Amino acid sequence: MKKKLVSAVMCLAMVSSVLAGCGSSAATGTSTGASAGTSTDTTASSDTAASTQAAADTSASTAGAGKVYYLNFKPEADEQWQALAKTYTQETGVPVTVVTAASGEYETTLQSEMAKSDAPTLFQVNGPVGLKNWVDYCYDLSGSDIYKQLTSDNYALKGDDGAVDGIAYVIESYGIITNKTLLKKAGYTTDDIQSFADLKKVAEDITARKKDLGFAAFTSAGMDSSSDWRFKTHLANLPIYFEYQQDGITSSPAIKGTFLDNYKNIFDLYINNSTCDPKELSSKTADDSRNEFLDGKAVFYQNGSWEYSALSAKYTDDELAMIPIYTGAGDEAKQGLCTGTENYWCVNKNASEDDIKATLDFMNWCVTSEEGTKAMANDMGFTIPFKTAQASPNVFVKQDQAYTEAGKTPVSWNFTTMPSEEWKNTLGSALTAYAAGTGSWDDVKKAFVDNWATEYKLANG
Amino acid sequence: MVTKGQAVDACPFFQKKGLCQMEKAIKRYWPVFILPTLIAFAIGFVWPFIWGIYLSFCKFSTVSKVEFVGFSNYTKIFIDDSFSHAFWFTALFTVVSTLTINILAFLVALLLTRGIKGTNIFRTVFFMPNLIGGIVLGYIWQILLDGLLSNWGKPLLALDARAGFFGLLILMSWQQIGYMMIIYIAGLQNVSPDLIEAAEIDGATPWQVLRKVKIPMVMPSITICTFLTLTNSFKLFDQNLSLTGGDPAKQSQMLALNIYDTFYGRSGAQWKGIGQAKAVVFFILVVVIALIQLRATKSKEVQA
Repeated sequence: MKKKLVSAVMCLAMVSSVLAGCGSSAATGTSTGASAGTSTDTTASSDTAASTQAAADTSASTAGAGKVYYLNFKPEADEQWQALAKTYTQETGVPVTVVTAASGEYETTLQSEMAKSDAPTLFQVNGPVGLKNWVDYCYDLSGSDIYKQLTSDNYALKGDDGAVDGIAYVIESYGIITNKTLLKKAGYTTDDIQSFADLKKVAEDITARKKDLGFAAFTSAGMDSSSDWRFKTHLANLPIYFEYQQDGITSSPAIKGTFLDNYKNIFDLYINNSTCDPKELSSKTADDSRNEFLDGKAVFYQNGSWEYSALSAKYTDDELAMIPIYTGAGDEAKQGLCTGTENYWCVNKNASEDDIKATLDFMNWCVTSEEGTKAMANDMGFTIPFKTAQASPNVFVKQDQAYTEAGKTPVSWNFTTMPSEEWKNTLGSALTAYAAGTGSWDDVKKAFVDNWATEYKLANG
Repeated sequence: MVTKGQAVDACPFFQKKGLCQMEKAIKRYWPVFILPTLIAFAIGFVWPFIWGIYLSFCKFSTVSKVEFVGFSNYTKIFIDDSFSHAFWFTALFTVVSTLTINILAFLVALLLTRGIKGTNIFRTVFFMPNLIGGIVLGYIWQILLDGLLSNWGKPLLALDARAGFFGLLILMSWQQIGYMMIIYIAGLQNVSPDLIEAAEIDGATPWQVLRKVKIPMVMPSITICTFLTLTNSFKLFDQNLSLTGGDPAKQSQMLALNIYDTFYGRSGAQWKGIGQAKAVVFFILVVVIALIQLRATKSKEVQA
């Protein structure tokens, strides 16, 4: 009898350990989906909220049975989205789950999440090339309230059939973020930099006096995968932009690389006037670069308006400025910041009708309600292209507006037309090798021009 | 063991009564013991495996929506030369790492079965690297090796496929030698002292004892160790991903990483199926190589 008991207990222990194993692996399944990001389920709190509300009044029923699952692209705004979701749930009783994919892992996360029965109802694509993969999942937003709120039709992402598949929800700018205090110490102001020649002069002067000044011109142009998108994607936008401008086109099956010399100019300037030896760039991360800027080790830091929240913790608005990325191409006197978007909201059309409705309501609430617009402007520092938008305190955003008012033309974001991620990665590898001296600029050219045609064919063939 | 021919209730004279009762309990309750694992195995392995093979014949971007396309994925495996490059890189790495790991592990095992002082401490220390996960190890070694390379003024790991190869080799040896050492130690301790003594009385030199007595006797351990190292190196993923990530330009990419890269790194529905087809080919390769190895080393095992 005793033995039986022992064996029964052992069985129980074994079964429970197996089940526990299953349980924990299921949990990792979802958290790998979120990767380094965070996933907070507000359902639990919303349940209580809903039940109390249902008891109090019947307005909860207008919220319906739908729920929202938002797969967020921006890790830097994760906290703010979680908070906004909570506010929405408290107000309406509709459960909103926000999961944030780790930097660079969005497509992967989206793929696995989409295959689940509880797929995201709200997700993001990065533009026409990104849309191609997900067009079958996009709900036509042309009749939605949020679409009517857009300030310009340019911010709607349309499919080949004219359906509104995505809606841009944030407009961002990038350029060369400048530490004005340090620049002054070196004897210059941002007004002294009006062209590539000026930028080169200033940067090389700072490098020559690096020891006395105690800081370098540029932060490390890190080519680690956390940081290399600043060069293989954002910086590479400039030669593409100027070529498109010259040829009067908006996308191309084969890039010519007319402005690659300008690309080389600016990249050379970055790597030769930076805080570290170009050979070490391959291992430098985005954090390294940001910390160098925060520690006052460099004057210039190529990045975008999304960095504001990280930088404003250390610097006041007066100390920061963003200047256009001059490359010696086009009319530099009229060149503004690179402004555009690669953030388009899409609604999953395979979700249940209730969920779609809840999602549309949530989106609309985000961009029209007092709380929503305030959170997006103040907490996330976004400029949103909607009629009800509130002014963002983000100094870089303000600067972009000032540039535009001064008659400068913003450089549009053409990197959304790059043929594939693979193209970017190959270019990144070539740039890294070039920076370290193990590869030549010809390899970069090849990766830029030849591979564009190859990848375009693969993606569209 | 109770063999099939015997009556179920018969308790052999050399076994304790308690043991017999337990065996009876096992006989009665075997589903309780085996089912949880079997179900987990079916859900977690068999079903995804079959599903995976089916997917290799499909075009899909999420697994809930697939379109059958036949063999076209398989014809596109060599659409670029990355798969064949990854294959040769992997094959070379497997050969070199299997040799280094096993030879070094065997030598360490020999040293640590001679009863020198602190044997247990050494064994523990050598085994420890195996307790750290591959991804973490990859990043740690990346920092270490990059530090060394930049000290020498050489291009870093991400820029030099040769450095990446040797980096992987060092990392894998460091991690695996301890584990294989434990298996070899167990094998060596099982070699009967009588045999060794008899050989010594017959005038065998220490080298001859090793060649003619010890090695044949630990052949089962060698089979296990070569099997483990061979398959581990061939399907190496974590360490490859974190140490070099395939850089520069996929030159240090191994097969598993190449499949992952095809599946996840490339956007577009067509690539998923190609990645899946590569995975099936990869599976067949691993199985064939493992079977050949098992047969080759098993044939050398002896009975004493």
